[in-house]
Amino acid sequence: MQKGTYRVKTGFAEMFKGGVIMDVTTPEQAQIAEEAGAVAVMALERVPADIRAQGGVARMADPKKIKEIMRAVSIPVMAKCRIGHIAEARILEALGVDFIDESEVLTPADPFHHIDKWQFKVPFVCGCRDLGEACRRLAEGAAMLRTKGEAGTGNVVEAVRHMRILNDQIRRLKEMSRAELVTYAKEIGAPVEILEMIQELGRLPVVNFAAGGIATPADAALMRMLGADGVFVGSGIFKSENPEKRARAIVLACTYYDDPELLAKVSEDLGEAMPGVEIEKIPEHSLMQYR
Amino acid sequence: MKIGVLAVQGAAREHILCLRKLGVEAVPVLRPPDLLDLSGIVLPGGESTAQWRLLSRAGLAEPLKKALEEGLPAFGTCAGLILLAKEITNWPEHYLGLLDVAVERNATGRQVDSFEAEVEVDGLGEVPAVFIRAPAIRRVGRGVEVLGTHDDEPALVKQGAILGATFHPELTEDLRVHELFLNLCRKE
Repeated sequence: MQKGTYRVKTGFAEMFKGGVIMDVTTPEQAQIAEEAGAVAVMALERVPADIRAQGGVARMADPKKIKEIMRAVSIPVMAKCRIGHIAEARILEALGVDFIDESEVLTPADPFHHIDKWQFKVPFVCGCRDLGEACRRLAEGAAMLRTKGEAGTGNVVEAVRHMRILNDQIRRLKEMSRAELVTYAKEIGAPVEILEMIQELGRLPVVNFAAGGIATPADAALMRMLGADGVFVGSGIFKSENPEKRARAIVLACTYYDDPELLAKVSEDLGEAMPGVEIEKIPEHSLMQYR
Repeated sequence: MKIGVLAVQGAAREHILCLRKLGVEAVPVLRPPDLLDLSGIVLPGGESTAQWRLLSRAGLAEPLKKALEEGLPAFGTCAGLILLAKEITNWPEHYLGLLDVAVERNATGRQVDSFEAEVEVDGLGEVPAVFIRAPAIRRVGRGVEVLGTHDDEPALVKQGAILGATFHPELTEDLRVHELFLNLCRKE
């Protein structure tokens, strides 16, 4: 019997496909998410919109809070650690969280490196803005990816940007000769072997969700149309007027993204969405995606 | 022969690829008309709670149950097994209730305890298997045959035209369990 193998990690991520992973800060919110049909919850102390508003250093959540959320639901529980913070990751692994998000939403802990995720039994998901970043995270052992978008904004434009860039780069990669691929690897800072694997598969070798700014059922459907395997919704649900109804609607929209009539029906009368932010109004040093 | 793979949420793609490698037509099932002209249906892994809510809210639960009651062969893996089971020992709901077993959800614990191992299957020998936050079969009803075991516990069971596995054969390269299901579909 072998635990913590790459197949066990990436296989688990395959089970999330077509689903919605929701940020929650209390056991009650976690139960609302489960009842709405979330495939997992992300246990947090503050949702990204509040992290953005309050500023300061954002760290791993209190283990007590994470344990309460783990007890409250039967679906998998994820938690975030700071980029490069090996100790926070070890703590989350010891708590038994099902997936760790090494996340740019928290304040980075290591200015040089991400975590060597091969050293862990628990699987990791990491953010990416383009193919180079995706390949580097895969080289470090990430078992799942998500495009970063810009968390806590309720503005889907950066999520779309990152997914479009990734799609475009993979499309071009598929046409490349071996010589072109090696040069391209150098250009985007990606290991050659991983690019070769993606070229052969014609897609990323792990599940890739969209994240960062998804606030409506239509946003979720849009990201699925662009090829995301599923979506993370952070502040979008519990910062809205009617979280239960919106959560259910986003779950349905994520599966039936190609059915405009159903999308129209589930988008009706959801109450106010979370307030959104224009990306241009955010000072560049406050953008989380460049972390 | 056309086999459907329930695709509301979960690892449908992996099953579709396995079935196509075995030379049959495999199609995703998302809506009631997708159930027409099928010789069998696979209920893949995923989150059983999410899958059931989607099936119910999209109006697919009842037509699916009816098709299975009328004898459409089915193969449930992990969450799919939970959907098929008559009883869930540690959860207040049960879903399709067509396979007379009691299952315990997440019986192997959290993800750090998920594992790869071999399942001993009647007539096939050792089959590689991936167990992910896997359910356990705690009770097997009369008329349910245990076809495969891991650690002396049932891991693959059959009742009539319904096959259920606690593990994921679709995450390995070994296609023998899928072949076993196709033989069941051919017989029906």
